[in-house]
Amino acid sequence: MSNQAATLQSAAEYGTPTRRRVMGLVFLALAGAIWFLFANTTQAGVATTFTLNPGGSQANFPNLVFDTLPLLHALAFACALIGAFQLVRGFGKRTNAVLGLVAALFIFAFLSWVASGASLNLAGLLRATLIRAVPITLGALSGILCERAGVVNIAIEGMMLTGAMVAAIFGSLYGLWVGLLAGVLAGGLLAAVHAVLSIKYKTDQIVSGTVINIFSIGITSFISAKFLARYRFLNNPGIFPDIQIPGLVDIPFIGPIVFSHNIFFFGLIIFLTLLHFGLFFTRWGLRHRAVGEHPKAADTLGINVFKTRYTAVILGGMMAGFGGAYFTLGSVGRFDEVMTAGRGFIGLAAMIFGNWNPFGAFGAGLLFGFADMLAARLAILGVRVPSEFLLMAPYIATMIVLAGVVGRGQMPAADGQPYEKEGH
Amino acid sequence: MAKKETKTKAPADKKKNAFGIFLEELTRGSLLIPVLAIVSGLLLGGLIVAVTTESVYTAWSRSPLEAIGTGIDAALRSYRALFNGSIGNPERIVDALASGEAAAIRRAFNPFLESLTKSVPYIFAGLAVALGFRAGLFNIGAEGQLFIGAITSVYVGFAFTGLPAIIHVPLALGAGALGGALWGFIPGLLKAKTGGHEVINTIMMNYIAFRLSEYLLRGPLQRPDTTNPISPFIEASAQLPRFFDSPIRFHLGFFIALAAAYGVYWLLFKTRLGFELRTVGANPNAARYAGMNIVLVTVLAMSLSGALAGLAGANEVLGVNYTLAPAFSSGYGFDSIALALIGKSHPVGVVLAALLFGTLRNGALQMQIAANVPVDIISVMQALILAFIAAPAIIRTIYRLRTPEHQDDELHVRGWGG
Repeated sequence: MSNQAATLQSAAEYGTPTRRRVMGLVFLALAGAIWFLFANTTQAGVATTFTLNPGGSQANFPNLVFDTLPLLHALAFACALIGAFQLVRGFGKRTNAVLGLVAALFIFAFLSWVASGASLNLAGLLRATLIRAVPITLGALSGILCERAGVVNIAIEGMMLTGAMVAAIFGSLYGLWVGLLAGVLAGGLLAAVHAVLSIKYKTDQIVSGTVINIFSIGITSFISAKFLARYRFLNNPGIFPDIQIPGLVDIPFIGPIVFSHNIFFFGLIIFLTLLHFGLFFTRWGLRHRAVGEHPKAADTLGINVFKTRYTAVILGGMMAGFGGAYFTLGSVGRFDEVMTAGRGFIGLAAMIFGNWNPFGAFGAGLLFGFADMLAARLAILGVRVPSEFLLMAPYIATMIVLAGVVGRGQMPAADGQPYEKEGH
Repeated sequence: MAKKETKTKAPADKKKNAFGIFLEELTRGSLLIPVLAIVSGLLLGGLIVAVTTESVYTAWSRSPLEAIGTGIDAALRSYRALFNGSIGNPERIVDALASGEAAAIRRAFNPFLESLTKSVPYIFAGLAVALGFRAGLFNIGAEGQLFIGAITSVYVGFAFTGLPAIIHVPLALGAGALGGALWGFIPGLLKAKTGGHEVINTIMMNYIAFRLSEYLLRGPLQRPDTTNPISPFIEASAQLPRFFDSPIRFHLGFFIALAAAYGVYWLLFKTRLGFELRTVGANPNAARYAGMNIVLVTVLAMSLSGALAGLAGANEVLGVNYTLAPAFSSGYGFDSIALALIGKSHPVGVVLAALLFGTLRNGALQMQIAANVPVDIISVMQALILAFIAAPAIIRTIYRLRTPEHQDDELHVRGWGG
């Protein structure tokens, strides 16, 4: 019901002339930015080369070579054209899709400008984006699991951090798979604490999340300083090898980018699909969401609100633990203090950006992962753009979405409200 | 309207000073809960220390009893180091006083004064969060506001030269407050105008602040002669005056913090704005029907909260470090949530809790050196204390306290759905 109202409302929003004009001006501004910032600082005759071969691939693609200046002009022109059309006629319901298109054109222009006179490995960029999206999206999925059942979880960061450390220690002692399992369980254990505090004791869920974050940073740094720094054998788990999906990996270009990753990426894809279908196409999901939207109604219908919430939060914590294990067992191969570096909070942002939907969150994760990856690459390329501003992009984008500038997110109605059973 | 009321009530109200209101609010709940929470947190911290001591494991192989003894011994050694590091070693104080040497006396009393110094940012940041709580706002962004306040004040501190201290110090402090206020203003405005939840927005603003400070310290604000991300030293005229010679770093900021606490108390309980602020926090609907401007109150509360957090950063920069490096904050902004809750969002309570946290933080350094216990144990203890404070039912269960018949909600934070 509220969804319907939301669509109506958003349809009305698209129709308003102000919004149409604002969007048109945004597109024109991006066109102008391409023109003045990029094209103006590019010399004529310089070319940009995009390599399409990921390292070690057998299929050879010819490199894409563009003359940078004409390409930039063409992209600026395309953006300006779209902007003009938006101002005069408007794209109506497709505005957000067009916004995505313009953003893609802008990013393409940016990349061409960055790599002018040099070559950029496009395949490598895409692969790195996928990899960087893994922990962010796993964090977001953890948040979705909790919040769809009405429990706010800002402790994703802490659960990830603890998961990472526990996975590293157990991975070093008993092998990678035991490490992974231990990391997942550690996340689930912390989540159980969050669940007891916020469901049983009805502590404010943000306070409870803060408790877990402070505790996690404290205990991981404590153990790291006390033991891991001295006994290296406790912190040397190695990493999961890449799995090549037979057959699919041979698809030219896409194969090596998508079908050759370690288990964390494939795990993410599986959990993503499971969660999407579970939430929206099963009885379990319906109950889960009912508890998050209107616990009293759910209770009246005989759904056990507390049990549903406990399950949701603990599963969410295990997801965060899996995401945390990625850092030690899937990426770095050892635990460093505070190594998650805010990825859990970016996951929280991706959850909001993706409108509490698994695939939306994955999209946001890809976008934020791209920014993350680009920031790292830019530093290597020695580009004049400070990479810190790229790293800010996810947070700023989330605030814009939350403010309702680009459509408004639909958060679960009972998110963050403890449930009090009546009649006792 | 509200002004008139306070006027007619003035004689009765006058008798109620800051402590009176604080005590009244405390006794309405139970004084036992915070005390027991702190004690339990400290004890559990000791347990973790004991469990993670290696000699305990070697003793375990001989006999469990010996292991327990070794564990208790290790915990006691840590507590002793914590005490000596934060309050002072009693024997050394006696010796120093007996010797009459000025330097020795300073060294002996340094731990205590350093604890006071360490509690300055806690007082400011705790006040920031408490002020937000009173207005029904959860300012989880104190850490980011603190960073921005430190950046703006360090900039004014080193970029303006040739000013007398009487102008430079307030100017730099004001810049810090202003920077923090801006970082609080944005989420406040978003909350009031669009309903975007301040918890999410302040978390985002935290990370924007961290990235911004990284950029600035590697770019425009970097010290010219180094490749490290560190700012230039501030001018001597911008330094908050210290009261004693080295090594004592106790500075004017402590008294400014106490003044700020009094200011917050006065604002909250003695002014019309404070009344509106508390009303909006306790019951926004009632506030709206009473004709209060919720938008204005929300934005003002978040800005003031940000300004206080900004002052926390400014005081660290202007009073202790004289420069800005990325790791200057040990999470004051996040710990301050615990402070505000322990202090029941009352300035007096916040100051007391801040003194405790500053003492712990300071003693932890000595604990690391003397007892080989990493400082991070303090964060663990703080998290445990916060958990016990936030869920008093746990404490009541452990110590078998009676549940009060009437309980006030300590927090009036609504979920992001509401």
